[in-house]
Amino acid sequence: MIGGLFIYNHKGEVLISRVYRDDIGRNAVDAFRVNVIHARQQVRSPVTNIARTSFFHVKRSNIWLAAVTKQNVNAAMVFEFLYKMCDVMTAYFGKISEENIKNNFVLIYELLDEILDFGYPQNSETGALKTFITQTGIKSQSKEEQSQITSQVTGQIGWRREGIKYRRNELFLDVLESVNLLMSPQGQVLSAHVSGRVVMKSYLSGMPECKFGMNDKIVIDKQGKGGASEEAAGKSDLGGSGGGGGKQSIAIDDCTFHQCVRLSKFDAERSISFIPPDGECELMRYRTTKDIILPFRVIPLVREVGRTKLEVKVVIKSNFKPSLLAQKIEVRIPTPLNTSGVQVICMKGKAKYKASENAIVWKIKRMAGMKESQISAEIELLPTNDKKKWARPPISMNFEVPFAPSGLKVRYLKVFEPKLNYSDHDVIKWVRYIGRSGIYETRC
Amino acid sequence: MTDSKYFTTTKKGEIFELKAELNSDKKEKKKEAVKKVIASMTVGKDVSALFPDVVNCMQTDNLELKKLVYLYLMNYAKSQPDMAIMAVNTFVKDCEDPNPLIRALAVRTMGCIRVDKITEYLCEPLRKCLKDEDPYVRKTAAVCVAKLHDINAQLVEDQGFLDTLKDLISDSNPMVVANAVAALSEIAESHPNSNLLDLNPQSINKLLTALNECTEWGQIFILDCLANYTPRDDRESQSICERVTPRLSHANSAVVLSAVKVLMKFMEMLPKDLDYYGTLLKKLAPPLVTLLSAEPELQYVALRNINLIVQKRPEILKHEMKVFFVKYNDPIYVKLEKLDIMIRLASQANIAQVLAELKEYATEVDVDFVRKAVRAIGRCAIKVEQSAERCVSTLLDLIQTKVNYVVQEAIVVIKDIFRKYPNKYESVIATLCENLDSLDEPEARAAMIWIVGEYAERIDNADELLESFLEGFHDESTQVQLQLLTAIVKLFLKKPTETQELVQQVLSLATQDSDNPDLRDRGYIYWRLLSTDPVAAKEVVLAEKPLISEETDLIEPTLLEELICHIGTLASVYHKPPSAFVEGSRGVMHKRLPLGGDIGGSPAMGAGFGAAPAVMPASLNAPVGGGLGDLFDLGGGVGMPMGAYIPPKTVWLPAMKAKGLEISGTFARRAGVIQMELVLTNKAMSVMTDFAIQFNRNSFGLAPAGPLQVLTPLGPNQTIEVSLPLSTVGPVMKMDPLNNLQVAVKNNIDVFYFSCQYPISMLFVEDGKMERQVFLATWKDIPNDNESQFQIQDCHLNSEAASNKLQGSNIFTIAKRTVEGQDMLYMSIKLSNGIWVLAELKVQAGNPNYTISLKCRAPEVSQCVFQCYEAVLKN
Repeated sequence: MIGGLFIYNHKGEVLISRVYRDDIGRNAVDAFRVNVIHARQQVRSPVTNIARTSFFHVKRSNIWLAAVTKQNVNAAMVFEFLYKMCDVMTAYFGKISEENIKNNFVLIYELLDEILDFGYPQNSETGALKTFITQTGIKSQSKEEQSQITSQVTGQIGWRREGIKYRRNELFLDVLESVNLLMSPQGQVLSAHVSGRVVMKSYLSGMPECKFGMNDKIVIDKQGKGGASEEAAGKSDLGGSGGGGGKQSIAIDDCTFHQCVRLSKFDAERSISFIPPDGECELMRYRTTKDIILPFRVIPLVREVGRTKLEVKVVIKSNFKPSLLAQKIEVRIPTPLNTSGVQVICMKGKAKYKASENAIVWKIKRMAGMKESQISAEIELLPTNDKKKWARPPISMNFEVPFAPSGLKVRYLKVFEPKLNYSDHDVIKWVRYIGRSGIYETRC
Repeated sequence: MTDSKYFTTTKKGEIFELKAELNSDKKEKKKEAVKKVIASMTVGKDVSALFPDVVNCMQTDNLELKKLVYLYLMNYAKSQPDMAIMAVNTFVKDCEDPNPLIRALAVRTMGCIRVDKITEYLCEPLRKCLKDEDPYVRKTAAVCVAKLHDINAQLVEDQGFLDTLKDLISDSNPMVVANAVAALSEIAESHPNSNLLDLNPQSINKLLTALNECTEWGQIFILDCLANYTPRDDRESQSICERVTPRLSHANSAVVLSAVKVLMKFMEMLPKDLDYYGTLLKKLAPPLVTLLSAEPELQYVALRNINLIVQKRPEILKHEMKVFFVKYNDPIYVKLEKLDIMIRLASQANIAQVLAELKEYATEVDVDFVRKAVRAIGRCAIKVEQSAERCVSTLLDLIQTKVNYVVQEAIVVIKDIFRKYPNKYESVIATLCENLDSLDEPEARAAMIWIVGEYAERIDNADELLESFLEGFHDESTQVQLQLLTAIVKLFLKKPTETQELVQQVLSLATQDSDNPDLRDRGYIYWRLLSTDPVAAKEVVLAEKPLISEETDLIEPTLLEELICHIGTLASVYHKPPSAFVEGSRGVMHKRLPLGGDIGGSPAMGAGFGAAPAVMPASLNAPVGGGLGDLFDLGGGVGMPMGAYIPPKTVWLPAMKAKGLEISGTFARRAGVIQMELVLTNKAMSVMTDFAIQFNRNSFGLAPAGPLQVLTPLGPNQTIEVSLPLSTVGPVMKMDPLNNLQVAVKNNIDVFYFSCQYPISMLFVEDGKMERQVFLATWKDIPNDNESQFQIQDCHLNSEAASNKLQGSNIFTIAKRTVEGQDMLYMSIKLSNGIWVLAELKVQAGNPNYTISLKCRAPEVSQCVFQCYEAVLKN
């Protein structure tokens, strides 16, 4: 199990050091600093073995978090734990920075004592932790509160406490997708996938049972066979605005769920049912690869004119309903290291050559669907004797569109709370779809 | 509230000031002071001098202050054991506090204080807390048992905590169950043979129920524990798999990987024709792919594991090549791993895509990555024959870039392509020769020299090229020197007239001016060959080369199996068994996959011998041999069947020859399993670790069925007895004498070789009793030339006793005839490789000399079989 946990600043000074196991000596703190943080070469692996001691590290801005062990621990668990640790700290005091860590070091020690016992991760749900570990010292609790805390921390529904009350029961669903593309210069899709998240913000009273439905192909096909359309009613109030058009259902390659979702039920019936944590949570993540709507197509043309000049022409085409608007569009065209000057002409938006980033950055605020725009540039090069050819990094793109490129649609989200007197109809529900670019690259 | 100010106090009189503040009456001031102490402790200052003052602050109602003091105690109690005692009272009192959070805090902290005197006081509070009404206290107490065990294992056993811990597995609270499982698993690791984690269908059922309810971390503990279980049959295996598969949709990657581990392991037991088996295979791919959208560090762990999974079951991910394409922004460690997996998945169906990608990668900036990409192109050529031509032309394109390391890497792989496809691509040699001057790495130089030597007849100026290398002969690395020597000898054999001088020169350089023994030996051998028998030299030096294998860098199967059992853990990241990086005996137990469900599968895979002898076919006739002692006691017994004969142990490898390691041993057959029983003695001054064993090919295909189980390091003057189960499915080569076995034993010091002879009786199988009719027919059928006769002298057994004794070694008497006061016994023996030996034993009452005739289709074995008779009857 985890033998110790250290947090360093960018210089390698220790900010937090908590040792859980006797086999981790004081010198382990220094070993990591010397061999990883101060190493001359860039780190080649997130797991380092120094003198039979293994170090796992992650970096958040310029802060290093390192977990240490001498045993054959579950490596995936250690990284998951480090990420979780970051989440917990962020939830308590915001950005992970040297200043924030120093300002909250007592709190961090307290958290580390609670969420890691003898190196075994314990309950690390911020919702539960916040009930008894606070930034302003410990709350004094009544006896009932105490037992409520302990049963929540250890219980089956560790992520929600009882007795939550809202005057207005409300929930927000965000379908956030990032669409990834790698395209060859000839316009062939080398790989494309959407990784999406359904984020839920709920303000619901009591212990509400929720059921979530989407246009999952497997479910729709099953229902189609049975001829039942029990969920049809729910569709009208939640059906979102699709981008590409009338896809009925989508094939989901794989999905993972927040721990509140009953996995065995999903496995057996493919229904998503849960009691949500109060406030925000990431209900599910999913991945699709079939029939993705690629919102933009990039057509590059690079021509070398002699040894000291490059001509670049890039056309982008938007590929979605004309009534929708894409925003924050940015095209990044890499330029060689020996670029001496660039002239750019673009029809729309603004384009600038940024020497420090070795790229031409072309920004367009808004663009409707089924449109086309173009940029051309002349790049002057300094003559070099460098034998190595320019690697021609791909042209990358950023954007945001108001639909889900996977075609996912929320069909319903039903809320039942048998003990309290509000029904599914009383809950105010909001759904929003946002598609963003992930790694959206076209080789040139 | 900002705490950062505590980090900045660096004044000289600090300790004194802190002391005063700690003893202040004001609560706030006290708390501030303790915070300062903790801050100093964090940055590595020694504040142990403040021990008594800090401990004085412990008795307080303020929980925050209490926690801070506890934190201090955990760090310094060990350095001040006497003073730590002062804290005991408070701990004991806190364990009785009405607030469960305080009770848990006390028991949690107490377990972290590694002072003997304190642990004594811990027992009673711990016992209470294990049965506390509050689940939060119980889950904390469960972990505390593991802590206490780490400090004083004996105490934990004596106090009966292990039983209480076992009871907690049936607790109503899922988190208590999970922590109990984690604690028990850890304790069980340090007692490899204990039955601590008594996993049976009932307890497994409990765990599977808790799995649905506990936290993500608890699910990991439970899944990792489940992975150690071996289901009784394929049905149980399937039902567990069915209940574990939903975990594949968990958001926590570690839960997913641990679930994959359980499934990969239990799948071994499912019959391959089962529908469910196919379903399961299909279910595994999507979650593995999803892991690749996690954060880069987790992607790395996932990729290292996928690398193992792809080697074990390539079918799972064969259609998922695209997801392993490298992204421009991937960290380098992710890129390198993806590349590895791409090559493993490359096949005729996807090779075009793969090659296009690899070509793209070869123009990137990171040198290691580019090299690996170039090498990968070569490996594709070797793996997929149809692609070889395109690979070669891609490599030539890359050579044209003249980027130094790309060229060198390309030449190294082209050499292998030449080996794999002889007489196909030699036209590119000219291009290669153009780049001779730019090669500065030994591997590339050696490869180029090999090419020049191998194809000397096609290269007009081969002699000039090689001569140019010869100038700096002594500055070259050994690898290059050896290649150069061989290449020039090849050249000489091909063009003897022009290169006489050159070969003289290289031979004298290698033999007279070098102190490298390998180089000198090779030089002398060539010299002698060339001067005595040029024809033989040609046959040796220009011999046809064996084909090279398609897959390189494959992990050795037994190691792969072990690593599959460790999916998700560090071992799977390092691709090394835990024993290679974990100190001491902890967690070094070798794990094995369960025996396959399809019996017709590969027998070498069913490596469960050591762990589960129950899976071996039960012996039909022969009784199960007990310990050595039993057997010797029975030695004189008459009229009852007894165990197989086991020769006494002899010294196989004297300590003198093996840097202090002495090995003696013997062979035995117990319950149908051939065992090599070894006694390893360390007569050296240093500790020996990392033992491993290998056999050379031998007459009956004997091979170790598992790794050598030396779990603890062998200290000086220590002796350890190990028994190594053997299988008979290894590679076969006829040895002289037939029962000779050449063994190599490796440890952290060196590799040692010895040879020993095993009694052939070890190979006599339990179903060697022939039907009478068959016996008669076979006896007649075997030509008389194959019959051999031997005399056994000085044997004082009657025929019945002899027959009984022989039966213990699986020599079965089929019939007995008495002719003129002479007993004729007819016997049959079956060897593990299916050879039958028939025997006729003549015993005359009062005559200590027996006559034995052996008939066998493979008469070579007769001599050995006779020796067995002699050994069995006389012992």
